[in-house]
Amino acid sequence: MAENQFNSIPVEKFRFVQQKEKLHDKALKTKPIGYFKDAWIRFRKNKASVAAAIVLGIIFLYALLVPFFSVHKLGEKADATYKKMFPRLYIGETAIFDGAKTMSLNDKYLINLVAIGMNAEDPEMEKKGHESWEEGIGSYYSPVLVLGEERVVEESGKENVKRDARVSTYNIIGFRYLQITKEEYASIRAWEQEHDVRVLYPMVNTADKYCEDPSDANYWYKTKKGWPVNEKGKRIELEQTMELGVIDNFLRDKEGNILYYKEQGTMYSVRVLYYNYYQYTHGYEPTFLFGTDGGGYDIATRMAYGLRTSFVLSFGVAVVCFIFGAFYGAIEGYYGGWTDLLMERIVDILWRMPLYIIVVLFQLHLVNTGKASVLGGLLMAFCVTGWIGTASLVRTQFYRFKNQEYILAARTLGAKDLRLMFRHIFPNAIGTIITSSVFAIPSVIMSESTFSYLGIVNLNSRNSVSLGTMMADGKEFLSEFPHILLIPATVIALMMIAFNLFGNGLRDAFNPSLRGADE
Amino acid sequence: MRTFKYVLKRLLFLAITFFIILTITFCLIKMLQAEVPLGKQGQTELARRKALGWDKPILVQYGIYLRNLFTKFDIGTSLKVSYMTPVAEVIASRMPPTILVNVLSILLGLPLGIVLGIFAALKKNTWIDHVVSVVIVVFISVPSFVLAFFLQYFLSFKAGWFPLVMFSKSEAGGLFTWKMVYSLMLPIMASAFYEIAYFARTVRAELTEALTSDYMLLARTKGLTQSKAVIHHALKNAMVPILPVVIGTFLSIMGGSMVLERIFAIPGVGDLTLKALSTLDYDLFVGTAMFYTLIGLLAGIVTDLSYGFLDPRIKMGER
Repeated sequence: MAENQFNSIPVEKFRFVQQKEKLHDKALKTKPIGYFKDAWIRFRKNKASVAAAIVLGIIFLYALLVPFFSVHKLGEKADATYKKMFPRLYIGETAIFDGAKTMSLNDKYLINLVAIGMNAEDPEMEKKGHESWEEGIGSYYSPVLVLGEERVVEESGKENVKRDARVSTYNIIGFRYLQITKEEYASIRAWEQEHDVRVLYPMVNTADKYCEDPSDANYWYKTKKGWPVNEKGKRIELEQTMELGVIDNFLRDKEGNILYYKEQGTMYSVRVLYYNYYQYTHGYEPTFLFGTDGGGYDIATRMAYGLRTSFVLSFGVAVVCFIFGAFYGAIEGYYGGWTDLLMERIVDILWRMPLYIIVVLFQLHLVNTGKASVLGGLLMAFCVTGWIGTASLVRTQFYRFKNQEYILAARTLGAKDLRLMFRHIFPNAIGTIITSSVFAIPSVIMSESTFSYLGIVNLNSRNSVSLGTMMADGKEFLSEFPHILLIPATVIALMMIAFNLFGNGLRDAFNPSLRGADE
Repeated sequence: MRTFKYVLKRLLFLAITFFIILTITFCLIKMLQAEVPLGKQGQTELARRKALGWDKPILVQYGIYLRNLFTKFDIGTSLKVSYMTPVAEVIASRMPPTILVNVLSILLGLPLGIVLGIFAALKKNTWIDHVVSVVIVVFISVPSFVLAFFLQYFLSFKAGWFPLVMFSKSEAGGLFTWKMVYSLMLPIMASAFYEIAYFARTVRAELTEALTSDYMLLARTKGLTQSKAVIHHALKNAMVPILPVVIGTFLSIMGGSMVLERIFAIPGVGDLTLKALSTLDYDLFVGTAMFYTLIGLLAGIVTDLSYGFLDPRIKMGER
């Protein structure tokens, strides 16, 4: 019988497995998964939230690092000439942003633009004819980047031939006349030698009868009503210009040598290629990643500072609300009864107060009287109502947990109120609080940019700027220079979407039971 | 009876809240020193202000304010934006454009939002649902004024479909004309996008819950087709919580979006508020602030009460 085969085992066959060592449970090989680790594992699975977190990281790093690396400083005008430039970013030869706008050019204007490139490549115009034209079009300094086919446009009853072209807003400035001292002249000459970049170009003979606009340095060739002329002084059309080139109108001395300056009293009047002159004065090429705004300030740098303002403000509000809201909600929820009722009424009143009134009152009473900085006043105003959401969440959590058995047990063991609140109940609410604090950030950023857009608060100063102000400044240029407004607007939109997705991810990760609650 | 008591209690509390906020705003605004006008014009100006009681202590002024408010519904006089006009009149004259934009944006947003929400709920976890979810997240997160810029640039400047700002009354031949509606399309769209997303999200959540409920199972078991069951049972139940949301939304945006009114040059209450702020028109500031406060309070109470009236399962006044 199988059952009974162990019935008669002799005693001596038994022996101890161990006698001297102590028996322990085996240590767990797997790592313990805590609350945050658990949340992180869940968060990782949500691809949209992870992507949002990456986007936020990039924006954050941008705000943090760009001011250190950018050659353009806040409050420093790039140059009055380089106002409203379009975004420009070249990586090697490929253009991510080409810094150009689409223009409709007639033949006359086209010649004028190509002439900038022609002269820039060949200062003394030694090349002639078609070769010169080709070089002008292909020049690094040529305003015309891409030239479209010609088309007939009807304008006020007349048929005009026009071409669509991508025209670089950086190169269209071309040449400028400047008044400089003799020392400066020598210094530019020395700089030219050192860097092998040409700044000074031949002066134009403004006394010539074929020089129609003595103030425009881009008309360096002989013209008649804006059209180039041939040797006989007869105006030539585009095809001929392409074949023959234009005739220069440089200032020459009696021997026929080209002059590079004209003495005017103690000053020299010179003609510079502005792009290179900028390099001489600033030490770098005029290239602006996101272009420049209406005042000639670098948008990329300003945006980094604007983002810093937003982050400082919103993180500040989030932290204050986190702490104050947690305390307030804890006291409400734990004590309940009359305390709760009274505190809830305060919340009700504050919560019903429109945010803009609070902001304006803080601005009028604290900021305008000099008791607080603009940012400080705004921070306080947001904090007045910002904590309410956190407080009510904490309160709900406290109501849920305060009557559970483990709290009763702890109380029986003699735990004091504070210990019960923050050691035993509070950790249950931590996920909720973090989530609500994260959701507070985008709403603060949005309110801040709205208020600064409306001019209710003025965060614009020498060392700070706000995205809202940038948008308000760009509003008037929306039709022609949309990038001034639309770039900050895009960044705000992107940031808002990312924050909301990130917040949703956090909420799902911390409270899996709430998943998709209000998606 | 309990319902009546509850409503009364809520109304009483609404009044208390309103007066506390009014007191705070009034006193804090009046505490600021009004600049003293100079010259001969200034003398008459000062005399006028004296007649309005501006030289008295703040609390006395507040007493006068309250007395006027209760006896003749007079909430002060505008000094800057619209000289020597009663504030109530100024605000009332700015209401029509704001209401027009809001009503139209709800008319556009509500059906679209509900349809989107229904689609998303019926096709849950398909690509339609995912697309709708993305649209919802985008429209809910992006501030309406940022959307307004994009609309202005692409639909007005680039495509030339809509005018950049609202037509004046003479241009459109009156406020309630088709031409005016056409000129208001951009602000309507800018505020409707948020509403679309908001309604779609609510409908989707409610309908998803209704579709998985027991009564739907019963309806299918007794032989109804899926579409019949959805229309007669799920939709009906899912729509109940939507109505309070609609009422609440309508009331809360009644004040209009200040920023949208500024962008599209709409002469509404939001625009008026901004003017009162920038010129520091004291009475008008208090007046507009109270207008917004009252709207917020009413929206809250109406939303809460309508839940109770529409859904008999919710017993009002219960804890």
